[in-house]
Amino acid sequence: MRALDRKALRDLWRLRGQVLAVGLVIASGVAVLVMSLSTLEALEQSAATYYERYRFAEVFAGLKRGPERLADRIASIPGVQTVQTRIVRYATLDIPGFAEPVIGQFVSIPDQGAPLLNRLVYRSGGPLAPGRHDQVLVSEPFAEAHGLRPGDRLDAVLDGHRRTLYIAGVVLSPEFIYSLGPGALLPDDLRFGVMWMSRQALEAAFDLDGSFNNVTLDLLRGVDPDDVIAALDGLLEPYGGVGAIARADQLSHWFVTNEIAQLATMSRILPAIFLVIAAFLTHMVLSRLIAMERSQIGLMKAFGYSAREIAGHYAKLVVAIALVGILIGLLIGVWFGRLNTAMYADLFRFPTRIYVTSSAGFMTAAGLSLLAALAGASSAVWRAVRLPPAQAMAPPAPPVFRRSRLASTRLWRWLDQPTRIILRNIGRWPVRAGLTAVGLSASVALLVLTLQWNDSLDYLAQTYFFDTQRQHVMLGFAETRPTSVLQEVRRLPGVLAAEPMRIVSADFKVGHRTHRGALSGVPEPARLQPVFDDERSAVVAVPLDGLILGERLARKLRVGQGDSVDVHLLEGRRPVLTLVVADTVATHIAMPAYVHIHRLDRALRERPGLEYVSLLIDSRAESLLYEELKNLPAVSAVMLRQAAIDSFYATVIDHIMVYISMFTVLACTLGVGVAYNSVRIALSERGRELATLRVLGFSRGEISYILLGEVALLAVLALPLGCVVGRGLTIVMASSFDTELFRVPLTIEPSTFGMAMLISLAATALSAGLVRRRVDRLDLVEVLKTRE
Amino acid sequence: MSVTLQARGLTKVYRTGEVEVHALRGVDLDLEERELVVLLGQSGSGKSTLLNILGGLDTASSGEVRFRGQPLTTVSDSALTRFRRDHVGFVFQFYNLIASLTARENVALVTEICPQPMDPAEALALVGLAERIDHFPAQLSGGEQQRVAIARAIAKRPDILLCDEPTGALDSETGILVLEAIDSVNRELGTTTAVITHNTVIGQMADRVIYLADGRVSREERNARRLSPSAMSW
Repeated sequence: MRALDRKALRDLWRLRGQVLAVGLVIASGVAVLVMSLSTLEALEQSAATYYERYRFAEVFAGLKRGPERLADRIASIPGVQTVQTRIVRYATLDIPGFAEPVIGQFVSIPDQGAPLLNRLVYRSGGPLAPGRHDQVLVSEPFAEAHGLRPGDRLDAVLDGHRRTLYIAGVVLSPEFIYSLGPGALLPDDLRFGVMWMSRQALEAAFDLDGSFNNVTLDLLRGVDPDDVIAALDGLLEPYGGVGAIARADQLSHWFVTNEIAQLATMSRILPAIFLVIAAFLTHMVLSRLIAMERSQIGLMKAFGYSAREIAGHYAKLVVAIALVGILIGLLIGVWFGRLNTAMYADLFRFPTRIYVTSSAGFMTAAGLSLLAALAGASSAVWRAVRLPPAQAMAPPAPPVFRRSRLASTRLWRWLDQPTRIILRNIGRWPVRAGLTAVGLSASVALLVLTLQWNDSLDYLAQTYFFDTQRQHVMLGFAETRPTSVLQEVRRLPGVLAAEPMRIVSADFKVGHRTHRGALSGVPEPARLQPVFDDERSAVVAVPLDGLILGERLARKLRVGQGDSVDVHLLEGRRPVLTLVVADTVATHIAMPAYVHIHRLDRALRERPGLEYVSLLIDSRAESLLYEELKNLPAVSAVMLRQAAIDSFYATVIDHIMVYISMFTVLACTLGVGVAYNSVRIALSERGRELATLRVLGFSRGEISYILLGEVALLAVLALPLGCVVGRGLTIVMASSFDTELFRVPLTIEPSTFGMAMLISLAATALSAGLVRRRVDRLDLVEVLKTRE
Repeated sequence: MSVTLQARGLTKVYRTGEVEVHALRGVDLDLEERELVVLLGQSGSGKSTLLNILGGLDTASSGEVRFRGQPLTTVSDSALTRFRRDHVGFVFQFYNLIASLTARENVALVTEICPQPMDPAEALALVGLAERIDHFPAQLSGGEQQRVAIARAIAKRPDILLCDEPTGALDSETGILVLEAIDSVNRELGTTTAVITHNTVIGQMADRVIYLADGRVSREERNARRLSPSAMSW
């Protein structure tokens, strides 16, 4: 081995503490990048192959009832490749040993052969036996949640008739990678499941002989789904079509792509923070190393080493530091990636294990880190190489300090000399001090960003589950029911109050801007499910005439109070209403639009009806009520608020805790990396001064104050800065996660700022403590004898 | 005359790897009240080691040091810190000023932590730097920096002033200015002073010259008359 290489190795070993500190910061960036890229790739690949192999449809449409012959006309729409008509309905299920009613989404499959689109993956058991109308296939997550196996039975109320069904197989479908029950925010596999039965059985059960109420299409390559949707809507209109949607708007697919988009955002923002800090730290460490090696560099040049050889020597050091980080980062990234994908495997159901060790991710992470470290070190190396040998070998001149304006103030006279040393050092190297403060504030910011997830979710749960939904139970009916049903519901055991709600599919149009959504008809005053503004924290009254729009829908349509909107209802006689916007409300979930329920009834020219009933119940009669509900013929869905809250917290807490722990560790690494290097470098630069002070009679505590005071002061300055930056990062993240379905609320509790600052201070104190031990070992005699 | 600092049978053995270096091999020494002693010796004679042990910067392998009758060799690290803080002034070959503090502030650094200090300006005037009081080290010449170091050492009114090659890094003209400062401090404040050097000429300014060789006191001379540094040259 060449002498220079041996020197590089020894330098690395001598600087191992700092090398590790820089390495860990690099590792954090690499870990996040590898984790998010490999998860991203895993999700993308899994979804793409799943969709292709099992022929996930490209257009989906629901209707009231259409004759089977309509299928040929649909197939003749230009661009359509395959048409699969089917029956899709909700029904309540009664699972042995489970008290609460369960919602089943029943989907028909052809009596012969596999479905043309949205094919099923058999996980256990097998297909339905021909002619057996009492057999069912159940979705795997639901089967797992209830411990159901092929051969087991369950009861379902199909269109008012209680039926016992036998499980033939347990399956997965590309249509339900993410499966949400009606009105749910998150999957709840105990209370919602997808079931597949033969077309004939469901035609008979729901009185849809020779008809269908749902159709899926796939298209020829390169066909714009919007054109097909327009033609399909026209065809289905007479049959109660409620508006077709493209794959992009299909619920399960939307969640998968949304998750992919979030991961992509994460993989852009977070690693960038770490890599920039890592570049700064390598710069700091290497500048110091080179400053200490001035005379050696001079000597090497005097011996005849070229500038390129010397630069190469230090570049090797940088590469080695980066490699340490990259290696650790890869290991952590793979581990985090596995944790992360295990979490997704729970949320998203793919037929294959989805972890991918992304080699592109590895290469990107390694390449970026190496570049960041080299960029950080380049100016220090350049300075080393440029020094003329004679000058390099002479001891450096003492750094020049000047009196600042602060020195003539009264405050200055009150400061003792050690404090003046601290302040002058900060003033003398403002960029370095600034970068240290920025580095420490990045750690605070990251903690704020991480810990505020709890606040946002609590806020979301509060507004969604408590402010907006004041009912205990919500009943959904398969078809519009007359309002007399309210009286029946009020007579059920334990029901204290009942309130109707109508939800009708609708297109909202203002000029050329359109939105396909739903119009909700609510009573006024609504006590159980009022229209609630999350920001004003207040219930908003719904006028008899006029429209209340969710703020984001108003923004999408670019309308405000007093503007009119054309609402094309997609049900009944499909009337078009021109409504004036009476008010807008801020919401975090979906893009709602409300009118008075009477206004909706009038528009539909029907006798007053409803699709949903909100209930306030007496908890003592709960189980009695559930038993009744399981047998109520017209009820197709029972949504329990408490169950939704429980599943929200169970799922979210599980998942979010994984992230919070991951990012807290990373943020601490950042804090420790910055603080340790700052203090360690200060010690090696000022060892001589500190030893002098010890000789002059200063105690260890007193000189530690000078050494650590600077980083402590910078840490204190970094705290508020970090909180501000953290809030900014939160805004950036929240806005990048902003979608039509879901908006992350921007709430950061004061306690979150407090916790972030405390954790960051603790990390700084820890690194300071590590260096403090070296202060005790300062060699007073040695340090005074020789010039560095 | 009473004895300020007394050393008896001092030895110091350094172990560097497997090699043992005997820096001191049994030194007996008294520094008397108000006297100026020059310790002369070649490099490696053990004079710096002796000074470090006398000043409480280092501990002896064996032997005893007493300050006004109190033992120093058996006390704790914090008691040694206390001893340095209250009683000893140091001047080094390399001035060891704090670059971020002005001349006045470098002196104040010490006066803030000791019981009966003089005013930093007064101490700087004593070494002839009244005009340069608000300059930073980088704005001062080598001789001026060394005189700041002397002002810093004496501002606490120490009982003992220990100077380790105070002119070692200076040309002779500047060196003499520095020695004049030390001389006037000794005369005006009566501070017991020990100067170590390898420059025999400097011995002429002392009350007593102690020669060190090979870790031992080889001989001792008392000058009949102390020469003023301005009358010396090398």
